[in-house]
Amino acid sequence: MNTLDNSLSMLGNPTVLSYLLSGIAFTLIISMVAVAIGLLLGSILALVRNYCNSKRTRIFKWLATAYIEIFRNTPLLLWIFICLVFFPVPEALSKKMFGLTSVEVKLLFKGSMALILFTSSVIAEIVRGGLNSVAHGQFEAGHSQGFSTVQIMIYIVLPQAYRNIVPTLLSQVITTIKDSSYLANIAVIELMSRVKTLLSAANRYNGTGSINVSDVFVLFGFAALIYFVINFLLSSLVRYIQKHPRIPKATTRTS
Amino acid sequence: MEGLFSLEAWEKVWTFRSTFLLGLLNSGRMALFALLLSLVLGIIFGLMATSSKKILRGISRVYVELIQNTPLVLQLCFLYYALAFSGNSMGIIATGTISLGVYHGAYMSEVVRAGIGSIPKGQFEAADSQGFNYIGKMYYVILPQSIKIILPPMANQVVNLIKNTSCLYIIGGADLISVTYSFVTGATTGGAYAPAYLVSGLLFFIVCFPLSTLASTWENSLKKRESRTVETQNTLAEGMVAKQ
Repeated sequence: MNTLDNSLSMLGNPTVLSYLLSGIAFTLIISMVAVAIGLLLGSILALVRNYCNSKRTRIFKWLATAYIEIFRNTPLLLWIFICLVFFPVPEALSKKMFGLTSVEVKLLFKGSMALILFTSSVIAEIVRGGLNSVAHGQFEAGHSQGFSTVQIMIYIVLPQAYRNIVPTLLSQVITTIKDSSYLANIAVIELMSRVKTLLSAANRYNGTGSINVSDVFVLFGFAALIYFVINFLLSSLVRYIQKHPRIPKATTRTS
Repeated sequence: MEGLFSLEAWEKVWTFRSTFLLGLLNSGRMALFALLLSLVLGIIFGLMATSSKKILRGISRVYVELIQNTPLVLQLCFLYYALAFSGNSMGIIATGTISLGVYHGAYMSEVVRAGIGSIPKGQFEAADSQGFNYIGKMYYVILPQSIKIILPPMANQVVNLIKNTSCLYIIGGADLISVTYSFVTGATTGGAYAPAYLVSGLLFFIVCFPLSTLASTWENSLKKRESRTVETQNTLAEGMVAKQ
């Protein structure tokens, strides 16, 4: 019954280890890309939803609102499945790269797109919270100095808004790293799906010829440890920033 | 967008409407029981996090950090496969309910902790001085005040919980999303992608949208009320300074 040593020996196997490590790398890359592009898309959505109030541009406000609410109120997995079927893959991407087969690259692209679309709606609401925390006097001050509305946004409002939402955005990075494990459902090559694949092939690596409970504990325990270390470091950073705010309070809305 | 405008595909979805309803029922039932479990865990660990005993605070911290920093999909797989390979599998829905409840219990615990933490210390001392015991203090003095701070983020957690029922797919689940996916890829039912996804997305949206809108409206009105209180206090303080 003592198969724990056999299971642990799997992690010493260089093939298994490099397989897992590249899974970790992909998890991190997918999440970072999703948050980066999500921040760009989300900022545009937030600005449109907040400030397109004139009669001519109101249609864009409605579109942005619809986008945000639809993505926020439906599960990520649904969007992964939808992108799997409907999202077009550019020609340039349907070939071998990063040591993956062309099918894997396509899956990676479609899965990442679903994650980006989903994350951008969440980040849009975070950015909107940041925009709303900027005092109204800042707009008036900008106008009085002869700035145009676009200039006010770029030079005055957005920098303050971004500074106010740094902790929330970092928490969103944690959430995105966790959400990226949903991609394991369509066998995108990231940590979770690699662990799952390894479990189903554990009998070949652990030397006992069968899959045991200890394999589950070792493999999933390893993945849990990796996720935990990454996310705990990030959440500790969030707590540190919240405890030591470098933002002068005067510019945030107090009344 | 194949099938979105084809009458045949829509008919197929309509014929198999009971499948979707069953998925919805499974998701709903699972969400309900997981919510109850998460509320119980959230209140217990939330109260532990605000207690004066260091060991209780520590236990609560470990639970919250361990759960919040690892993905739900991983926890679910862990529980499911550990049970399956040790020969005491207890069914997909039960496993899903437990791991969903434990996962969201950690978030509920943080919500409860923040709610209780926002009550001024004087309220605790006042309750103590009036001779309330711990339960009386919490029940009559602290919780009624913190409930309005707790409810909006809790509603958001309920939305997340309902959306997260979809994680059951990875262990071959019976929730709405899994049912939809096996419907569109099934041998006899396959092909009606667009209508099927639209229907199941719509079902989620109908349940989640009112809840998340309620939560954000609540939160905004709370913020407004708070800033009004601060304003009144400032005016009062100014008035007092003027009198002096």
